[in-house]
Amino acid sequence: MEKQTGTTRVKRNFPEMLKGGVIMYVVNAEQARIAEEAGASAVMALERVPADIRRDGGVARMSDPELILGIKNAVTIPVMAKCRIGHFVEAEILQALGVDCIDESEVLTPADESYHVAKEQFEVPFVCGARDLGEALRRIGEGAAMIRSKGEAGTGNIVEAVRHLRAITDGIRRLTIIPEEELMMEAKNLGAPYELVREVRELKRLPVVLFCAGGVATPADAALVMRLGSDGVFVGSGIFKSSDPLRTAKAIVKATTHFEDPQILAEVSAGLGEAMRGIELRAIPEGQLMAQRGW
Amino acid sequence: MTRIGVLALQGDFREHITVLRELGAGAFPVRLPSDLDGVDGLIIPGGESTVMGKLMVAYGLDQPLRDLIAGGLPVWGTCAGLILLSRETDNALAGQPLLAAMNIRTCRNAFGPQRASFETLLKVPALGETPYHAVFIRGPVVEQAGEGVEVLARLNDDETAGETLNSSGPIVAVRQGPLLGTAFHPEVTGDTRFHDYFLGIVREQARSQ
Repeated sequence: MEKQTGTTRVKRNFPEMLKGGVIMYVVNAEQARIAEEAGASAVMALERVPADIRRDGGVARMSDPELILGIKNAVTIPVMAKCRIGHFVEAEILQALGVDCIDESEVLTPADESYHVAKEQFEVPFVCGARDLGEALRRIGEGAAMIRSKGEAGTGNIVEAVRHLRAITDGIRRLTIIPEEELMMEAKNLGAPYELVREVRELKRLPVVLFCAGGVATPADAALVMRLGSDGVFVGSGIFKSSDPLRTAKAIVKATTHFEDPQILAEVSAGLGEAMRGIELRAIPEGQLMAQRGW
Repeated sequence: MTRIGVLALQGDFREHITVLRELGAGAFPVRLPSDLDGVDGLIIPGGESTVMGKLMVAYGLDQPLRDLIAGGLPVWGTCAGLILLSRETDNALAGQPLLAAMNIRTCRNAFGPQRASFETLLKVPALGETPYHAVFIRGPVVEQAGEGVEVLARLNDDETAGETLNSSGPIVAVRQGPLLGTAFHPEVTGDTRFHDYFLGIVREQARSQ
């Protein structure tokens, strides 16, 4: 009756327990405590929120282990951290630090422009971003235990998150209705493993949890993506770039639980003060779009 | 039809609802006090106990739940749900709301970070001889089980393997009258014996009242 750690089942079930919840980005122990108090299901520990990464430019890397450990010690909820796309050594360091989940993230500057981390061999679960079903299934094929639609991080603009979430759920719906003989070509067109394509057709959803990220700034945004089929929400810059972070965070948590109740959504949306400023997508030069990173 | 509410504030509630419906029970999500009308039993799922505790209080579910439990409502807590049912936890945040229904003290996240989460086979005599496949995700353990609490399963570490419930392994499943608590997630493995066992408690309780 040995204990088996790091199995696919154990890794995939970690994000299952986060469903219906909000994962909040925090840059220090104090913000982590605020997030926990507000009802975050987990925190993402990083040095700068995406809005600041976007503003500052330069190379964005894995956070300092000291910062991550400081946040780990400050809270009892799970702590996630980001490694660069393809940077398997950063991933090994994060695993050694004992983070609960690694985000191989396009928000950081990619380390490899051809390949992602081989995630299957890690004991810690990974979450990866995706813009459509093919990208989601490639990441799951590599061993991701959780998918988040990418959106466009640090913009406070929900439009890309909606586009990517709809692309994933539309892709899933399509798989459930096409005739059997089209499946192989569909797998080829998606650039996705055939076995996963079959599995999605049978399950009528991804075989892992699907969250939404990149642009959620208000309780209504959170409820919108839940209505569109997301299992939960990542909020990056939207909380600590708002005028009243604790109140905004609590409101987004309530909106994620009660996403089908407009009365409650009206209550929690009232009097929140200013949301983060936000960026119109067309104002971002093509080369600075984060969602395009990932292959 | 038996009506089982599943607390749906956050966490793994969808899976419980699916299993209950497969077993022919009525199952529905509970988010507000009005959702508790006419329930025969309640499941508190896995998830983050801090989040569920806060949302329970924010929408006034905690007191109605305590009243229903005092009136004999069968309740089953899995993982985070077990923590919420316990009288005391070792490392609760200041102000962590608990339903304090079971005479147990739990230790949250007893095994360390997610990397230490695991699956294993458990001996659960109440479910028969076949071992139960249990998945622990940042799971708690029961540190102390007080009066009236029946220990249903212990985790057998290697050195105590084979000794079943006489072992000194940590307590991971308990029952106190109509209340059931498991530190692991019976909703994710496809083995429905724990759900059957709970539905048995619900039927038993309905007959006795």
